[in-house]
Amino acid sequence: MEAQAVATQADSALPTQNRITALFGRKHEGLLNVYFTAGFPNLDDTLTVLEGLEQAGADLVEIGMPYSDPVADGETIQQSNLQALNNGMTLRLLFEQLANCRSRVSVPILLMGYINPVLQFGVEEFCRQCQAVGVDGVILPDLPLDLYLDEYAPIFRQYGILNIFLITPQTSTERIRLIDEQSAGFIYMVSSASITGSVSGVSDEMLAYFDRINAMNLTNPRLIGFGIKDNETFRMASQYANGAIIGSAFIRLLQEKGTDQTQIKAFVEAVKGK
Amino acid sequence: MTVLEPQASFEVTDKGFYGRFGGAFIPEMLYPNVEELRRNYRAIMEDPTFQAEFRALLADYVGRPTPLFLAERLSNEVGATVYLKREDLCHTGAHKVNNTIGQILVAKRLNKKRIVAETGAGQHGVATATVCALMGLECVVYMGSIDMERQKPNVDRMRMLGATVVPATSGSQTLKDATNEAMRHWINNPVDTHYIIGSVVGPHPYPDMVARFQSVISEETRSQLLEKTGSENPNYVVACVGGGSNAAGAFFHYLHEPSVRLVAAEAAGLGVSSGHSAATTALGKPGVLHGSRTILMQTEDGQVTEPYSISAGLDYPGIGPLHAHLFDSGRGDFYAITDDEAIAAGFQLSKLEGIIPAIETAHALAALPKMGLQTSDVVVVCLSGRGDKDLATYAKYL
Repeated sequence: MEAQAVATQADSALPTQNRITALFGRKHEGLLNVYFTAGFPNLDDTLTVLEGLEQAGADLVEIGMPYSDPVADGETIQQSNLQALNNGMTLRLLFEQLANCRSRVSVPILLMGYINPVLQFGVEEFCRQCQAVGVDGVILPDLPLDLYLDEYAPIFRQYGILNIFLITPQTSTERIRLIDEQSAGFIYMVSSASITGSVSGVSDEMLAYFDRINAMNLTNPRLIGFGIKDNETFRMASQYANGAIIGSAFIRLLQEKGTDQTQIKAFVEAVKGK
Repeated sequence: MTVLEPQASFEVTDKGFYGRFGGAFIPEMLYPNVEELRRNYRAIMEDPTFQAEFRALLADYVGRPTPLFLAERLSNEVGATVYLKREDLCHTGAHKVNNTIGQILVAKRLNKKRIVAETGAGQHGVATATVCALMGLECVVYMGSIDMERQKPNVDRMRMLGATVVPATSGSQTLKDATNEAMRHWINNPVDTHYIIGSVVGPHPYPDMVARFQSVISEETRSQLLEKTGSENPNYVVACVGGGSNAAGAFFHYLHEPSVRLVAAEAAGLGVSSGHSAATTALGKPGVLHGSRTILMQTEDGQVTEPYSISAGLDYPGIGPLHAHLFDSGRGDFYAITDDEAIAAGFQLSKLEGIIPAIETAHALAALPKMGLQTSDVVVVCLSGRGDKDLATYAKYL
């Protein structure tokens, strides 16, 4: 029991062949993680977009669990959350939609969202469902590290679900070390002090921050998110980390052009620069 | 009456919990700011030079101590001895300024250059804009666009005081959404900005810090009541609860006096079961809202419900974690007061005592007839704010 209590996510993740861990084991550069909101633009679009992204060459997919009060997100993702909720999206329905997804896609899947719907669903039931449908990791920005470790880490470990943590330009070196120690899969590097979709371009300040993190030689791979919107920003981020995460720009594409496969493919290829 | 468990504590823990409620459920982007505040707030607040400056401003600028007034005609009407703690006589017209004075002094000691705040009825926004003008700091206030319409005089006051008022257009366009927008603003401005939360909500240390600043209400009540009745302790302390800052202040020094019943009046809107209500403890379940684990109104799927109350200051789907703990532990009695009951109580106090209360405060007054009072009972009602801002609403009932 004692050994289990001090085990990190990485220790227990290995035997289950987590798809995220496996991905970073074989590929180290230019990884693209694309975010989209479940049940958006239409309720039944979740699987269509997921398949579209795998076929288009996304390396990871992050599925947003819509929430009424997404405080870390900017207007674009807020609106997509609201629209999905108005469509009737729920966490229970998301697990139903994903029930057979592993017969159709092999791309690593993350669920991103806020803690309250997960608490109402039940943390253990949530992790059990994630494992059952083939979700590999989760990003819950308002579940901070200490509360995760105090209350929930053993449950996530039991079901082999990786919990991905964020760091920002304001995160102290000491805290980054702690997060690195407790992380598995990858670390989500927020590019600047901001909500999603609010940054344009890459500033000198950001580059200094990217350099500083690079110099720390962290154990975990890193993906840079916030402010990634096209090939230029993707390439820039990929020079400083293992890849990048794109969200708001893809939501805008879905909003404007729908879930057409060729559009998704064109978007992903344009970002990756193929 | 509920028997209080001897081990029940109402002190906040190091990690910010009251019983099972509280904590700091915040995204990493807010962690450095909140952590800076958590590490420093108690030391700053306990520093003698801080206390001297805070106390001087409360006396000379806010106008404290506020009177404890024996409302004789109201007492006759409800059949008990009712005292009104006159927070409505504070500068800016409500208790909110006790907290904004305290927090801006904290912000200055943390070398912050800019203040962001949320507001519902506009009282906290005005109190924040006021202290920013006093201290010469830039002020940005987020307010739901619906609230901006129904509380226009307060919008004008904030602007006259030099604040920028930004409409929150997401969601229900009321207090919850204004709070979301203020948090986003803070995420986008992490180094030089302090977020002055207006109630005992938000991530630790906010609920504790705000309760401590507002605790001047019960500190004064105790000594004033001792002078007037020979006892520091009434039988009941009554206050309205939206987030719950005036209630936290009015209850604070009575939390560990089991003989004093703590009574919270929540807004039932059109009725608890009407679907148009803000009666959080009646309708809510434990969950996480705005950075703390508390009781909140939500769907089965964990989506936060849009609340409704005639009172913009009580139109909030959660309550502070301290109040969730008071409810959960049985230490507090919670009453749900409808719009109509509140309006009637507002008219009653106006006619009996010549005091027009804020509609928020009128909810506390409306609890009095529901409490089963005895003629020997001494009751303190926190008269949290004045009703000038609500005249347009009251006028519809004239």
